[in-house]
Amino acid sequence: MISRRDFLQVGMAAAAMVGGSGFGSWARLAAQQRLSQDDLLQFDTFGNVSLIHVTDIHAQMKPVYFREPSVNLGVGANSGAVPHLTGADFRRFYGISDGSPSHYALSSGDFAALAQGYGRVGGLDRVATVINAIRADRPDALLLDGGDTWHGSYTCYHTAGADMVNVMNALRPDAMTFHWEFTLGSDRVHEILDDLPFEALGQNVFDKEWDEPAEYFPPYTMFERGGTKIAVIGQAFPYMPIANPGWMFPEYSFGLRQENLAAMVEEVRSAGAECVVLLSHNGFDVDKKMAGVVSGIDVILSGHTHDALPEPVIVGQTIILPSGSNGKFVTRCDLDIRDGRMMGYRTKLIPIFSDVIAPDPEVSALIEAQRAPYQAALSEVIGQTDTTLYRRGNFNGTWDDLICDALLHERDAQIALSPGVRWGPSMLPGQAITREDIWNVTSMTYPNAYRTEFTGEFLHIVLEDVADNIFNPDPFFQQGGDMVRTGGLGYRIDINKPQGERITDMTLLSTGERIDPAKSYIVSGWASVNEGTEGPPIWEVVENHIRKQGTVSVADNNSVQVVR
Amino acid sequence: MQLTRREMLAIGAGAIAMASGLPAHAALDEIAEFTGGAEMGEGGINITAPEIAENGNTVPIGVEAKGAVAIAVYADGNPVPNVAVFKFGALNPDQSATTRIRLAKSQNVVAVAQMADGSFTMAQAPVKVTIGGCGG
Repeated sequence: MISRRDFLQVGMAAAAMVGGSGFGSWARLAAQQRLSQDDLLQFDTFGNVSLIHVTDIHAQMKPVYFREPSVNLGVGANSGAVPHLTGADFRRFYGISDGSPSHYALSSGDFAALAQGYGRVGGLDRVATVINAIRADRPDALLLDGGDTWHGSYTCYHTAGADMVNVMNALRPDAMTFHWEFTLGSDRVHEILDDLPFEALGQNVFDKEWDEPAEYFPPYTMFERGGTKIAVIGQAFPYMPIANPGWMFPEYSFGLRQENLAAMVEEVRSAGAECVVLLSHNGFDVDKKMAGVVSGIDVILSGHTHDALPEPVIVGQTIILPSGSNGKFVTRCDLDIRDGRMMGYRTKLIPIFSDVIAPDPEVSALIEAQRAPYQAALSEVIGQTDTTLYRRGNFNGTWDDLICDALLHERDAQIALSPGVRWGPSMLPGQAITREDIWNVTSMTYPNAYRTEFTGEFLHIVLEDVADNIFNPDPFFQQGGDMVRTGGLGYRIDINKPQGERITDMTLLSTGERIDPAKSYIVSGWASVNEGTEGPPIWEVVENHIRKQGTVSVADNNSVQVVR
Repeated sequence: MQLTRREMLAIGAGAIAMASGLPAHAALDEIAEFTGGAEMGEGGINITAPEIAENGNTVPIGVEAKGAVAIAVYADGNPVPNVAVFKFGALNPDQSATTRIRLAKSQNVVAVAQMADGSFTMAQAPVKVTIGGCGG
């Protein structure tokens, strides 16, 4: 019998071995200018089970630039804990040297300069190469997709997800869970699921009318690998109809449903599962709390909040592995399962350096086939950028500053609101902005840029509501995502105050006047969850604005004062 | 949905007001009417409710208390806090009930069980009603 203490030591030793062979040494390799595919893939096969995790790809089939956030604040017990460390603090925590490949892949700081040296990341043809290499070591490795796969690009929108379904199917996943997929509409989701050659899982996807498990989404599936019975339980994004338009998937109810999850863990253990994996779209802090509330889960493969950590976070006897976003990372997790228990693990977060990892030719050809009918529209140059354009950050990013500017000018508004989503690649100064680039940060099925009047009081309610979805100290009340971005409006936020007291000093930037609760303001925004929202699609608004600018420059944004 | 979390457990009627941060508990009078002012116990009662309501107009909730003869449900932020009283006869195989309730705003759902021996026990669950936002 292995004690809890022994378990931890085995685990840490295994993790340390990975550190020695892979993660910690990239800096040296870089110094010697020999970062190679073999180094990135190097892994001493361990135990008897291998899991491969990809998540939150957001339809990015081709290599992209992707800047990690410099502001990602944690609250309550998660204040100052990973993944709420950014930039140099993150590097110090993990012992990553400045300027190293790990610095570039995992943290913010000197992004544009490092991007020149290290190049693009991701690309599903490179991801295919990594998956094939892992399968060469362990032919029966399980490939698990955490969702947010069939959303986020020009071609994905125009094919209603078919491009991503075709390319992902070529990678042969074993199971998947969901979030943005539901915004294709439930009819389209059902149509895809009818032909999907792997399991679509969601223990928390329920029929809304009868409040019972939904037929299309089994709670779990069992695999036998390396003589071991493995249960994979799916957890879809819990707040689907709140954070996204519920009218697009009216048959379904979601929620955390941790009691049902505990019942499912018990059910699979009774059915002989020796290893229980949760394929989750909860978001990292929610998964961390979930691991403490529901016992018996060995591994949580964590998605939704787009965090990438080079080592697992351990809660009790559960290891949690978040695998980033936009095709930038693949996690390999080898497990030693014996006597119905996880005796040890070895993990590696593999960054997909697109210039280092060779593309798989078959998948490259498949990707090009999806894109070919749209090539002319995709590649049309709309303008240039002088500034790094990026999205991630709790309060703003230059892409959203630009989108808010576009709304203010093109929709003739006093205030602009842009949703705090975390998807969307980055661009470097000097790059040409194509139509594809604009769609990568705006593509969705409810894109209408509305123009309406809000009172000052209602604006305050909106900001307070969104702030509580991010900064509620209880992770189970956090929906993931970031603060709604504002254009033409400044404010002060004290993230540690309760809802209703966080937002003060709201200011109309065009005049410098305080927002009057009783006065109405002309507001333009997009991605409203309300049915029947009117206005041109956001990509048209942004394209028109960029065309008029020719070359865009985004100034530093100091309109949000943060107290923590 | 785990509503027996220690920090949310109310030891007595006074504790509810503290837990919810309200100066006075809107359902206090109604609870006192149900219990006849008897002392309130803790544990032995569970509420199942979503952390965040998908639709405040119809929020599915469940209550369960083994050995209860009645369970009263209150929504402490509604204009009328009384929701329902479920009574269980001796032949009921379990003492649980589910229903859907309307919540006017973010508030606590409170359940009080009357046990066979005449004692009372209480639990509460905060349910958030939000205007919705933008997912990652």
